[in-house]
Amino acid sequence: MLDIQKIRKDFPILDQQVYGKPLVYLDNGATTQKPRVVLETIERLYDRENSNVHRGGHHLSVITTEHYEAARETVRQFIHAAHAHEIIFTHGTTSSINAVAFSFGEKYVRAGDEILLTEMEHHANIVPWQMLCERKGASLKVIPVNEAGELRLETLDTLITEKTRLLAVTQVSNVLGTVNPVKEIVEIAHRHGVPVLVDGAQGIQHEITDVTDMDCDFYVFSGHKIYGPTGIGVLYGKEKWLEEMPPYQGGGDMIKKVTFEKTIYEDLPLKFEAGTMNYIGAIGLATALDYLRDLGLENIMAWEQELLDYATARLKEVPELKIYGNSSHKTAILSFLIGDLHHSDVGTLLDKLGVAVRTGHHCAQPLCDHYGIAGTVRASFTFYNTKEEADWLLNSLLRIVEMLK
Amino acid sequence: MSIQDIQEEIVEEFSVYDDWMDKYNYLIELGKDLPPIDPKYKTDQYLIEGCTSRVWLHAGLDREGKMVLTADSDAIITRGIIALLIRVFSGHTPEEVKNADTAFLDRIGLQEHLSPTRANGLASMVRQIRMYAVALSAQK
Repeated sequence: MLDIQKIRKDFPILDQQVYGKPLVYLDNGATTQKPRVVLETIERLYDRENSNVHRGGHHLSVITTEHYEAARETVRQFIHAAHAHEIIFTHGTTSSINAVAFSFGEKYVRAGDEILLTEMEHHANIVPWQMLCERKGASLKVIPVNEAGELRLETLDTLITEKTRLLAVTQVSNVLGTVNPVKEIVEIAHRHGVPVLVDGAQGIQHEITDVTDMDCDFYVFSGHKIYGPTGIGVLYGKEKWLEEMPPYQGGGDMIKKVTFEKTIYEDLPLKFEAGTMNYIGAIGLATALDYLRDLGLENIMAWEQELLDYATARLKEVPELKIYGNSSHKTAILSFLIGDLHHSDVGTLLDKLGVAVRTGHHCAQPLCDHYGIAGTVRASFTFYNTKEEADWLLNSLLRIVEMLK
Repeated sequence: MSIQDIQEEIVEEFSVYDDWMDKYNYLIELGKDLPPIDPKYKTDQYLIEGCTSRVWLHAGLDREGKMVLTADSDAIITRGIIALLIRVFSGHTPEEVKNADTAFLDRIGLQEHLSPTRANGLASMVRQIRMYAVALSAQK
């Protein structure tokens, strides 16, 4: 059992007022707040230890390099990867996906090939593949979703063809909260010899993630959505792919030897880490992962499930409120519309009542098109949220409905 | 009344609301009362696409050479702000509109709605009104 009031003290930002009302932060799907230990780590690093990694043999550089490589190991353990050199640090989920789309695409994708996606992908897991298809003359295929917001997996066996080069799927929908059965999807894809990239941006912080058990070929996520700093992300790739794929960026630190005639690339993981990396971000991310491990992901999941069930039941008290995403397996994301009220009106008024939510298409326009809507209001809860905050959301919504009708 | 005087009048009206919800209540009322745009202007040609809400805007000149603005939105709060912008700008010559600012929105605390990052179409609407004003003043 988590002591939520004690945990909230770890997140100084939560204790403040906006527009004279206590802040109720329900935009965790967009970004999460940082525990004090992460802030302290970042401050200590800049204050006492800052030095560039993998360069110079001096004292500070050695310390920072050790911490940076320890951070890689922390990430490896957190996602249960086989090797630390399968963990590549990037700027975030988007840059991780772009890296795979470029490097994997250069090596394996030809004209006429197909990339398989799903209808519930974030634009970050659509556009890089579209760009790859344009470069190579390949095309996209899409796994549809059903009314409850779940993937129609029965279509998979026919959508995968001998031309399919890769399947990219999100672990958790950022709009609907649906937790996809990624292990099952990987199994089906592998049966057809198709590698799978799993977008963990919305999954890593809410689900126990084991890339070895899942057997996915690539797994990507962002630091800032898992209580770590912004500007740091992870690309996990199976060794065999990362060894074969060409680097997507050239520069310092990723080379063994450079002459004007030819460059010999470094071994993994450095081959994919050109230039000065965000090592402070990486170490900050590792601190966040340690923090989560100490709280216990099982405890976090149990509380978030309780919050989801409670908030779902309470929101249903609002007349004409429709929730988008009704999978039996979902994270604590509640996307909704109320009657014909515009999502931006609801969001603007919630803001003035201290409630931070996101409104709009959530960078998933194809999914909104599926439902024939322009967007939703999305309240995304996480473990530092409380039932009282869900109550405040409900009461705010009831007041807003009165104003707008 | 000049554009500046109307802006002062609106600031005065809003000064009675010290609570945000009262302020928005008034804005919503203005939004509800905004006369509908002529359906022939509620088309893609007059659409200003925003990220969160959409705005339709049409501008013309009346017989006295004053600008006549009509606009609409799918979001009611956006409509409320449209009502304020129309009250400020409509009925003035393109020369007057061209050079006018929207400082009143800042003074009543609604400037955020004009922020380009809100992407609700209002920032583009103000830009569009000015462009209409430039075009219409050149026409005369």
